[in-house]
Amino acid sequence: MKRLMLLPSLAAATALALVGCGDDSDPLESGGDGGSGDTGTIVVGSANFPENVLLAEIYAGALNAAGVEAETRPNIGSRETYIPALEDGSIQMIPEYTGNLRLYFDENVKATEPQEVYDELLEVLPEGLEVTEYSEAEDKDAVVVTSETAEEYDLTTIADLAPVAGELKLGGPPEWKTRFTGVPGLKEVYGVEFADFVELDAGGPQTLGALRDGRVDAGNLFTTDPALAEGDLVTLEDPESLFAAQNIVPLLSSDVATDEVTSTVDEVSAALDTELLGELLARVVTDKEDPADVAADFLAEAGLD
Amino acid sequence: MTRDVLDWLLDGAHWQGGEGIPLRVWQHVAYSLIAVGIAAVLAVPAGLWVGHTGRGRFLAVNLVGILRAVPSLGLLFASLMILGPKIPGELGVHVPVQVVLVVLAMPPVLAGAYAGVEAVDPAARDAARGMGMQGRDVLLRVELPCALPLVFSGLRSAVLQVVATATLAATVGLGGLGRYLIDGLAVRDYAQMAGGAVLVAALALLLDLLAATLQRLVVSPGLTGKTGRRTAAGETAASSDPRDVGVLTEGSTR
Repeated sequence: MKRLMLLPSLAAATALALVGCGDDSDPLESGGDGGSGDTGTIVVGSANFPENVLLAEIYAGALNAAGVEAETRPNIGSRETYIPALEDGSIQMIPEYTGNLRLYFDENVKATEPQEVYDELLEVLPEGLEVTEYSEAEDKDAVVVTSETAEEYDLTTIADLAPVAGELKLGGPPEWKTRFTGVPGLKEVYGVEFADFVELDAGGPQTLGALRDGRVDAGNLFTTDPALAEGDLVTLEDPESLFAAQNIVPLLSSDVATDEVTSTVDEVSAALDTELLGELLARVVTDKEDPADVAADFLAEAGLD
Repeated sequence: MTRDVLDWLLDGAHWQGGEGIPLRVWQHVAYSLIAVGIAAVLAVPAGLWVGHTGRGRFLAVNLVGILRAVPSLGLLFASLMILGPKIPGELGVHVPVQVVLVVLAMPPVLAGAYAGVEAVDPAARDAARGMGMQGRDVLLRVELPCALPLVFSGLRSAVLQVVATATLAATVGLGGLGRYLIDGLAVRDYAQMAGGAVLVAALALLLDLLAATLQRLVVSPGLTGKTGRRTAAGETAASSDPRDVGVLTEGSTR
């Protein structure tokens, strides 16, 4: 009898679980009014990796210094999560990268050079979203292997992986499974198909650790990663420009894109370059400094505080 | 949204291949049962010993409390950073995950075992001694069988908690049903996330159902409070060893 009574309870619990998500709202939308956007404060979001968190602090700091109230909401997640948050008004601004942002809105874009990529981005941006001038500073996705792996398989470019990838494992953030600048693009552009994809983090300690411990043979890191300077890793060249120009550019909601705001963030973008960004990032990642402190130092140095 | 979740669950493409639901369920069950198995091997004998001798009770009670307070996600990342580089290959991730799940499973199993033995009717224990049983026999032939309902309740509680928490394995790149939660979150696919959550809940209930069935088969009918049916109980008693627990508890209630 006891056994039989458990079955309906199982069915009921399952039904309850399904009903729980009954109405059509989704979590981000229902939380949309939690943001303080309508009070005039600009909420600068950031993706879930240290460099983006740092950039958000820099832009927010510059805005505050210019008399525009701004706060940060760090570590939101991947592009697939924060663009909808920008569109529904939960956040008003986020540091972005020209090449990948453009691909998010249109997968059929071709350009690889900074200015052309930026022009394409302007074309595909939906109404309600804007970008300001792009910065010279750039941070690309990279496929990275250890120097031993590079030597063993004689790898210098991503294309060299094609014949051997079948026995190798790739590690990267979960969104790489479905993104064009990830597993699908590697296959389409280079004919590289790895034996397995291991879902780790966005260029963070997990990917780096898995690569160094040999749990994956190749990993997705970012070109600004301080670990790449330590000598034990090799960044594979990208001759087909799968990862096109990725200049840093603030993406913002048109509602808040006043002249004051755009001119302030333009000054920040102009003051940044790839080398400087790498140094700032090393302080956050290697020295574990607070991104807000590093951002404040940068702004003071650039005369933007 | 309900419709999206159902569509996701019923889509045939989600039921096959290296990302398919059967493989994910299998991985999830494997992570969970290995952890509960290790916890049972460690905690059941320890709990029985504590309950039987009364020694180390203070330690056991506090250990249960302390282990329950350990935050699983924090422990996972800490043990991954400490153990990961020391253990080569895939094991470098599997071991930290098992550490977390075993720590989670230990408290209910340990508590169930010592509380079960402590709760054994003293009359049954006396009767066993009176029949000439020594400590070890008393524990294994009387106290353990009588403690089984509580031992099982500890194990079942551990299974439920571990099945729910084994989703954390996905945060460090392993499989299991947590994959759907983490991957769904990364690409904002809420149908996939909700579908994964439903699968976790359904799996937890299914495993509890199986454990309940096993418990019915293993626990002596003399302990289930169904001895009202004298004929059935009488038959069992007649056909078994006279020192069987069923007889002892029968005797003690008389």
